[in-house]
Amino acid sequence: MNTSPSAGLIARDITVDYGRSTPALDAVSLTIETGVVTAIVGPNGSGKSTLLRTMGRLHTPQRGTVLLDGQDIFQRPTRDLARELGILPQSPVAPEGLTVVDLVSRGRDPHRRWFDQWARSDEAVVFAALERTGMTALATARVDDLSGGQRQRAWIALALAQETRTLLLDEPTTYLDIAHQLDVLDLVRTMHEEQGATVVMVLHDLSMAARYADRIVALRAGRIIADGTPADIITPPMLRDVFDIEATVIVDPNTGRPHVLPIRRTG
Amino acid sequence: MGGPTPTVTVQPLAWLLGSLLVLGAAILVGFAVGSRDLGIPLVWATLMGEGDVETRAILLDQRVPRTLIAVVGGAALAVAGVLIQGHTRNPLADPGLLGVTAGASLMVVLAIAFLGISAPSGYLWFAFAGSAAAAILVTTLGRLAGGRRDSSPATLVLAGTAISAVLSAISGVILILSTSTLDLFRFFTVGSLSGVHDLDGLRPAFFCIAIGLVVAVGHASTLDALSLGDDTARALGRNLGRSRFVGLGAVTLLTGGAVVLCGSLGFVGLIAPHLVRLLVGPGHRWLIPISAVMGGIIVLAADTLGRVILRPAELPVGVIVAMAGAPAFLAIVVRTRRSRA
Amino acid sequence: MNAVGLLRARPRPAPVVLRRAVRMGPVSLVWRPRVLLVTMAAVLAAVLVAIVSLGVGDFSLSPAQVVSALLGHGTRQELLVVQTVRLPRILTGVAAGIALAIAGAIMQTTARNALASPDLLGVTAGASAGAVAVITLGGTASASGILREVGVPTAAMVGAIVATLAVIALTGRAGLSGIQPLLIGIGVSAFFAGAVNLFLIAAPIKDAARANVWLTGSLNQRSWPELWPIVLAVLVSVLILVPVNHRLQSLELGTDIARSTGLPLRSTGVLLIGVSVLLTAVAAASVGPLGFVALVAPHVARMACGMTRAPLLGAAAIGALVVVASDLLARTLFAPIQLPAGAVIAIIGGPFLVGLLIARKRRTAQ
Repeated sequence: MNTSPSAGLIARDITVDYGRSTPALDAVSLTIETGVVTAIVGPNGSGKSTLLRTMGRLHTPQRGTVLLDGQDIFQRPTRDLARELGILPQSPVAPEGLTVVDLVSRGRDPHRRWFDQWARSDEAVVFAALERTGMTALATARVDDLSGGQRQRAWIALALAQETRTLLLDEPTTYLDIAHQLDVLDLVRTMHEEQGATVVMVLHDLSMAARYADRIVALRAGRIIADGTPADIITPPMLRDVFDIEATVIVDPNTGRPHVLPIRRTG
Repeated sequence: MGGPTPTVTVQPLAWLLGSLLVLGAAILVGFAVGSRDLGIPLVWATLMGEGDVETRAILLDQRVPRTLIAVVGGAALAVAGVLIQGHTRNPLADPGLLGVTAGASLMVVLAIAFLGISAPSGYLWFAFAGSAAAAILVTTLGRLAGGRRDSSPATLVLAGTAISAVLSAISGVILILSTSTLDLFRFFTVGSLSGVHDLDGLRPAFFCIAIGLVVAVGHASTLDALSLGDDTARALGRNLGRSRFVGLGAVTLLTGGAVVLCGSLGFVGLIAPHLVRLLVGPGHRWLIPISAVMGGIIVLAADTLGRVILRPAELPVGVIVAMAGAPAFLAIVVRTRRSRA
Repeated sequence: MNAVGLLRARPRPAPVVLRRAVRMGPVSLVWRPRVLLVTMAAVLAAVLVAIVSLGVGDFSLSPAQVVSALLGHGTRQELLVVQTVRLPRILTGVAAGIALAIAGAIMQTTARNALASPDLLGVTAGASAGAVAVITLGGTASASGILREVGVPTAAMVGAIVATLAVIALTGRAGLSGIQPLLIGIGVSAFFAGAVNLFLIAAPIKDAARANVWLTGSLNQRSWPELWPIVLAVLVSVLILVPVNHRLQSLELGTDIARSTGLPLRSTGVLLIGVSVLLTAVAAASVGPLGFVALVAPHVARMACGMTRAPLLGAAAIGALVVVASDLLARTLFAPIQLPAGAVIAIIGGPFLVGLLIARKRRTAQ
């Protein structure tokens, strides 16, 4: 784990304002530790997606900046940045008829030279990405024909093919059934364990976040309310403050991580 | 939604009277202004029966008929617009944009070219046939492309543009094939009121427009019901098939007549109702008459402007309406988008 | 290439072939047989139609005579008719078809919108207004010489740019996707169409007549002065597009993915729209507004090749074919009367657009 102060993804004083009464993000600062899986959680409208998207350069903040290895990501050429930082947005859509290989090979864009449109190295990387996500058998299948979990894995393979050191995932498990959720999150964990990847994910499900992340950042109304390990963070007071629920927190006997049992709404 | 409540009745009436006043003023200006300006007192005097032969000729043989044609044509287009917008539940529908006027024009061209009909009273019926056919075609395609929820008004307009382009191209082809037709038809596509003002010959057109207007006014409550959706309208006891037939009939009469009078004018049927809705709301009982007046004002103003801007030459009404109407249309589109966003 | 990312170890060569490629030294291209087939078929068809078309006219020739005239054999009259009179005309049509098809393909890709075509977005109307302005205001000076060869295309460019800027300004943040920009395009087109009529009416009759001839979108009276601006524009465009083309495919996946895989959206968008406007304006300046080619050709190419976006080469070939075939039809349908090619294309293109609308709605309704 790299502890140098300028390494890694750092968000500084990010303010995003859509012109409504309260800003979506209010002077948020966050330092993402390298080699760690971080989950960003929060109720609807807390700004978690906005924060992730800003850190992934999909959104420009009104104030503040994001640094990657000491460099402002908004000043870096897009293509350069794409080799270091990848982001998978929520519910991406593939055009009708696209095959998995075609989809994943888009991940090679930041590396590809225009005259060498299907280099052997590209093919090798795409194959490795498909292998990592267990999609080699479905390489020539159409994305439309895949199940929800398979489709999400194909998109993750695209992000892998980019060969970035940091990967941001915006709600990768929403709209997936429980089996596919486990599928995707197990994949993320494997990538992290085997490669020491830096992953930041926005997750809806607190218990999933607790189970798969090493660090949880909780947002509410555009501000970070809590930040720490799952064991430290997932507590009834935090759930009250951030999520407006009364809940019991138990230790999941299978994983040893906190698990939330909601009782009722408070506020 | 529904008709205006009693407390609002005063306002629309005021708007109606106000717009009639504006129309009156516009008519007087129309009489007075032109390649040779006559002062308003002179106009008044001539109308009363005095005045020299030349002035009487200009006024009574040219300007009065021309003004009448402009006002009636404009009114017809505006009300046709209201009807189409009501039936397609599409605020962007306009007989010009949707190709209805192009259909009418095409049939007129065909009539002139293949049947040698040269009098307006003759090709009026073809204009009707063309309007009806085009209206049916566009609404059917719009329904096919738009689905039952009519979620995208733009689709209908696009379909209309496509159809308009095809029909205009066919018209264009025929006009090339037959220069004699072209002669009789030269300014038709942009609309011109500077042709021969044979009011007698145009009488059938006026008559049909009058019928169309009356039918439209009676159709107002049906349009209100339709604006709530097909299902709700049915629940309110409307016979959809018959309503569509009546609506289509009125649109045909109005558009066909308007095309014969003023040529293919786009945007009038879109802008007039839109403006009026901004003023008095969507209730059709007031929307239809005030739109009619507004449409008359718009076309008359455009025609008058055309007579003045390039004196002594004339700019056809169609050019002015296009260059003023297009920005107005764009303003409407941008506003609609913003309010929906 | 640094394989330090999430895949950590340098990947070994793929054990299976995922996609076939054509490789020659440092250069490689994805092997798409269907695109090659369609393109070659379209080129062949275009050539055949062109040869027939070269033989049609007051002085008619059989295809065999045409071919030998092209090769330099034949009577002086045959050589004159084919090489000097008709060939530049057909070539101009081919060039215009190529230019418009590429313009349409790029616009559709950039706007991520199957219906985005320069005609529907007002570019052609703007170009028309510019060209007609010069033709009518320039008087007889615009009938030949520098004003005709440079002045008219430049004015068309200016008009096209103004129209495009208007559409972009009015569509605002929403960008060019969806169906709203097309409405705005219709409004802008209508405005410029009115302007065109204004120029036509305000101008002296013979200039207006010349402008009207131009306006009907046909290949009549087109020759080398009309050809070379298009060829130049196409060459410039190709030079710009070739290095960029392979990255455009990510646009289909949405702006987020495109940006995340390193496509600088704004500068790319400006570049592509600029190229599209250039091609459309120059083509329009040369042959008049040929509506619908820019819409139809890319779609036909896309459907024929079974791809998710129009292949540029295939679209270009089909564009050329459409123009040449429409021109032939236009000249022979009602011979000896010559119709403008634009009319024929409109009559085919209109229903095509409606078909696209219906298909589009069916798809999004699923």
